[in-house]
Amino acid sequence: MSLNLPQILSPKNSQRIMNAIFVCSGLITVLILIFIIGYILIMGLPVVNLEFIFSNPIDSGRAGGIFPMIISSIYVTLIAGIVSTPLGVGAAVYLVEYAGESKITKIIRFGAETLASIPSIVYGLFGLAFFVVSMGLGWSILSGGLVLAIMALPTIFQVSEVTISSIPSSYREGSYGLGATKWQTIYRVVLPAAIPGIVTGIILGMTRAISEAAAVMFAVGSALSVPISMFDPGRPLPLHLYVLATEGISLENAYGTAAVLVILVLAVTIIANFLIDKYQRQIMGR
Amino acid sequence: MNRIEVNNLNVYFGDSQVLKDININIPKNTVTALIGPSGCGKSTFIRTVNRMNDLIPTFSHDGNVYLDGVDIYNPKMDVVDLRKKIGMVFQKPNPFPKSIFENVAYGLKVHGLNDDDAIAARVEESLKSAALWEEVEDKLEDSAMGLSGGQQQRLCIARTIANNPEVILMDEPCSALDPISTTKIEDLIHKLKNDYTIIIVTHNMQQATRVSKYTSFFLLGELIESDLTDKLFIDPKDKRTEDYITGRFG
Ligand SMILES: Nc1ncnc2c1ncn2[C@@H]1O[C@H](COP(=O)(O)OP(=O)(O)OP(=O)(O)O)[C@@H](O)[C@H]1O
Ligand SMILES: [Mg+2]
Repeated sequence: MSLNLPQILSPKNSQRIMNAIFVCSGLITVLILIFIIGYILIMGLPVVNLEFIFSNPIDSGRAGGIFPMIISSIYVTLIAGIVSTPLGVGAAVYLVEYAGESKITKIIRFGAETLASIPSIVYGLFGLAFFVVSMGLGWSILSGGLVLAIMALPTIFQVSEVTISSIPSSYREGSYGLGATKWQTIYRVVLPAAIPGIVTGIILGMTRAISEAAAVMFAVGSALSVPISMFDPGRPLPLHLYVLATEGISLENAYGTAAVLVILVLAVTIIANFLIDKYQRQIMGR
Repeated sequence: MNRIEVNNLNVYFGDSQVLKDININIPKNTVTALIGPSGCGKSTFIRTVNRMNDLIPTFSHDGNVYLDGVDIYNPKMDVVDLRKKIGMVFQKPNPFPKSIFENVAYGLKVHGLNDDDAIAARVEESLKSAALWEEVEDKLEDSAMGLSGGQQQRLCIARTIANNPEVILMDEPCSALDPISTTKIEDLIHKLKNDYTIIIVTHNMQQATRVSKYTSFFLLGELIESDLTDKLFIDPKDKRTEDYITGRFG
């Protein structure tokens, strides 16, 4: 029995239509991105100049610049990176290379997924209760950085795990076959091959961390001066932006702050991608 | 003199027995070819000889494998040292995503050689032995992944030779290669057999006759027949060997 369905569209035409749909969705995504970034830059750039970047705020931010906020942002993000990278990558190495498939690995993976889906304001509350109060770290760069570290951890872990488990086992066999130990194999072959993916995970985690207001607002304090030690309070850019906008201090400077934040995130992402590409070409020869 | 002696070797993966009562002697500085249909246990056999199967959790065995009279499965055996002495070349070329130089230097560095000059000299020597030096001497810092399949396989051989092994196991080293690369590897095997004991798995009977002195025929996990290659292919003792080599198998 054969059924001849009327062919409404020739294969060629349906192909054309699908192509058009895919191109459109791609274009729309890019356009939204360009629109948002363009809007922020157009609104914000007029107030951004060297003085805005390198001076302290005056009168709660109505005038002056955002230098302490830039320093706070870099400071908390660095702490987050330094704490979460070894934990996340270490957990991923343990899971892929040592643990084997078991109940424990399932629980760890489930834990990471859950951590990743907790709203950032909840991290903020946890930070207040745990780091600020229980551990007695007070409102400080350190408390804020640690909250961000926990927030970035699942991203770094998940991306690293996927990357490490996708490293071909033929690399490992080649290494063992030459008499390398397990650790030598991980350290000299697996991790170098996984670096592009791992760094991508770190950048994803860090750009999320640097963009957070809710997670740090109960932990980092709200100081307007440059934090020197990590026990000083600070005020990262997103938090400053939030305060400027919600308390009606200066919408103009809020946009200026947003523009600086966007440029910072863009710069980090672009530079990281460039370096990753370069490294990838170097190890893979293309 | 025998470099490797295998006595009553049985190998299991979980409950299934993959090798049955294997007895074989591999003489020093010769090439021994292993032939047999797919799934008969050739790879499992050579992976038992350098204890690569240890990496598979379900692997177990009984019987003995001796390297120069030492039981390699004795509890005091240093597996890392064993794998240095018994090098392995895999079916699919598997260079590391590192430079050509680093690939060959890998084994040396892993085994604690730190002297840069000594490493460089050994790398050059190994690449020459593997007949690859002239093609890569100007681009040692380039990634090995950019080489052709045949060059990659010779690089993997160079990487193995650099460790100065006593035995080289080759698991179908030419199956992913074109005829020209295959010829180069076979020439290389001819050169290497003076200094190394080589066990090569191959599906290609012509290759077995071209490169090996001895041939062993495996079938369904059993070693059916071992003999001088010339003899085994012309006058096999076992009917099953004859069927296989004349293509009347199955
Ligand atoms: N890790 C493993 N776990 C369970 N069974 C395995 C494993 N590796 C191999 N086997 C089984 O052992 C048998 C022998 O496999 P082996 O790879 O040694 O065959 P082979 O002779 O090398 O075949 P081919 O010519 O296709 O490479 C096969 O039945 C295979 O399914
Ligand atoms: Mg095989």
